Amino acid sequence: MMRKVKLPKIQKWNKYFTAGLIMTVIALLLAVVGLFWTPYGTTDMSAAERFHAPSLMHPFGTDNFGRDILSRVMKGMGTTIFISTLVVAGSGGAGILIGALTGYFGGILDEAIMRVTDAINGFPSILLALVVISVMGGGRQNLIISLAIVFTPSFVRIVRSEFIRLRDADYIMRARLMGVGRARILFIHILPNIFSTFWVSVMIGFNNAILAESGMSYLGVGVKPPDASLGNMLSDAQGYLMTAPWYALAPGLAIVWVVLGFSLLSEGIRRNG
Amino acid sequence: MKKRLYVYLFMALLSLAALGGCTGGTGESSGDKSSVVVGIQQDIDSLDPHKATAAGTKEILFNIFEGLVKTDENGNLMKAVASDYTISEDGLVYTFTLRGNVKFHSGNEVTAEDVKYSLERASGLLDGTALISTLKTIQSVDIVDEHTVQVTVDSANTELIYSFTTAIIPAGSGEDAEGTPIGTGPFSFVSYKPQEGIVLAKNAQYWQEGLPYLEEVTFKIVNSPDTALLDLKGGSIDIYPYLTDSQANELKDSFQILAAPSNVVQALFLNNADETLKDVRVRQAICYAMDKAEANEFVTGGNSVPISSAMLPAMKDYYVDLNDTYGDTANIEKAKELLTEAGYPDGIELEITVPSNYEVHMQTAEVIAEQLKKAGINAAINPVEWNTWLEDCYNGRKYQSTICGITCDMTPGYLLNRFQTDSSKNFVNFANDEYDATYLKAQASLDLGEKAEHYKQLQQILCEDAGSAFIQVPPITIAMNKKLTGYKFYPIYVQDMSTVRWAE
Repeated sequence: MMRKVKLPKIQKWNKYFTAGLIMTVIALLLAVVGLFWTPYGTTDMSAAERFHAPSLMHPFGTDNFGRDILSRVMKGMGTTIFISTLVVAGSGGAGILIGALTGYFGGILDEAIMRVTDAINGFPSILLALVVISVMGGGRQNLIISLAIVFTPSFVRIVRSEFIRLRDADYIMRARLMGVGRARILFIHILPNIFSTFWVSVMIGFNNAILAESGMSYLGVGVKPPDASLGNMLSDAQGYLMTAPWYALAPGLAIVWVVLGFSLLSEGIRRNG
Repeated sequence: MKKRLYVYLFMALLSLAALGGCTGGTGESSGDKSSVVVGIQQDIDSLDPHKATAAGTKEILFNIFEGLVKTDENGNLMKAVASDYTISEDGLVYTFTLRGNVKFHSGNEVTAEDVKYSLERASGLLDGTALISTLKTIQSVDIVDEHTVQVTVDSANTELIYSFTTAIIPAGSGEDAEGTPIGTGPFSFVSYKPQEGIVLAKNAQYWQEGLPYLEEVTFKIVNSPDTALLDLKGGSIDIYPYLTDSQANELKDSFQILAAPSNVVQALFLNNADETLKDVRVRQAICYAMDKAEANEFVTGGNSVPISSAMLPAMKDYYVDLNDTYGDTANIEKAKELLTEAGYPDGIELEITVPSNYEVHMQTAEVIAEQLKKAGINAAINPVEWNTWLEDCYNGRKYQSTICGITCDMTPGYLLNRFQTDSSKNFVNFANDEYDATYLKAQASLDLGEKAEHYKQLQQILCEDAGSAFIQVPPITIAMNKKLTGYKFYPIYVQDMSTVRWAE
């Protein structure tokens, strides 16, 4: 029953992992650079440069206000990744805590919490997030909170099932006999053994968070203009799909790029695990 | 897990295919040639013609209801339910003669009793609350004979006749007006679904011979301008009246694009009761920091008319050009100077609430916010849903600033009326004693020249005291199916469907 913790080794990097890593690093690099520097100001408007097609001056073209789309994609990617990271951190953290407790101890608390997560899972996630936002009001902070709430159940389930699998393992029994404290068993003995499974779900969760954030901003309840996010850029670009297709393509491809990168990465990790 | 990967790849491909697959629609509608679908931007606030306040509601109700008189496309008054009227020399008694052959949608003929009821209900004689504030001046409504009604008012007002466009509804029907609106207009009410739209059917007994042409008109609520564009191209909407410049450009090959100056005054409305904005210097600073020429260029392709006070330039006799006060372009120096004087050397924070279903206002907000930043006014845009805007900003007055439009009816005083301190429509909380006094003087004057002078003075006060940061009168640009004809532009905010028809 007992499993050894395997660390990814260089020679075991497969093509998925490599491709995913390269894509993700490029995306993160763009986003991080975008925090400090962009080719043009992200909200600088220019009447003379409206709807310029991609060129050397503006690699991704310009939008309806003459703003440089590359700059806005960099900024938007940063915003989207930032929000997704916080969402995954929040929901993942909550997932570990709740999943560990319910999975290890079981009982009525487990029953109760699992029914609640079932209920949350019963709703489409975007719809539920919309409900939370309409109650609390829009904006970046509430978007993060609402998405974190919506994403928590999936982490709870994974962590819980792993804890149930491991709670009766021999080495845990022995640890218990030796009088090891509960907290130590939970977080020092069991937790490290579920990481490979957990990381995969984090990557998938991250992807879903990116798509959800884009979706919410697209619907106009996420990041507010004139701030850029990939979602609200797509939403703005929608009206100009025929006249300025590059406006929609840039944020759209950016989303595909990031999501694909993380998917490949998670696939790579899973195959290594 | 590999499956999931393929799914993502597949999705990516699909999205590309979808982009490539969209070719401009032809604007063809279904084969049915007796009905029309009009896209509207917002839900209806009330189907009761005396209670509806939103311009977006009144533009629809214009098809269902009529007053004793009604506005025609030139802005003149034509007789509707009344066939004639006379005003006594002192301006205190209005005598209306009813047409006699006008029928309600229910089939009953309009009687003097109905007129009396409608006017009493709207003016507040019935239960004390005036639903139409300009009619408050009515003292009594008397039935002279079956076809004649006499209205007595407490003070003469040359503009009052425009208020008799107030809808005539069947006597005693006030309670039901909300659910089953009955009027005398060219179309009768069929059904209304919140968030979806309203369906009207032809009034076969309409008193104007030959009108209307269409059997059925549907006003479909389209909350997002992008959806509207897709609906137009897909053919599920035949007429959409609120295009932005770039949308018009995109549609010009497959649709008729008609444009005319609107009657909308667009402004960055400032809540004068706000802690920061109650200082006139801050409000002026905002006016100076705006670059109207740029906003005009960005949002409406240079087709708007810049304004600096609440009057339409189209009302030539009453309009005074005040654009020099703050200038058409930004004066950042002056704005910063004023902010410093007001005690904000480091600038201020400003929240701009915008009803997000209005693309023109949203885009203007983005441009203005950017301009204000240069003067140290850190503007954040807060897009809200139309109903929220109506409730919180307009009725609740809980906002700091908002970009939206106020519409004007035919009376020149209409736009100025709302800036009186006590006006129920004064949602910017403008308070200026001189303004109030001048408004009363303007109301009282019977000489048109003198009245015009007072109105010009009012515009000046409003502009100099920076009651709000007025921006422009945007054009109204309409996309209409190429096979439709007969659309009429009005100087008021209405969608008259009675003359619209499919070309043979």
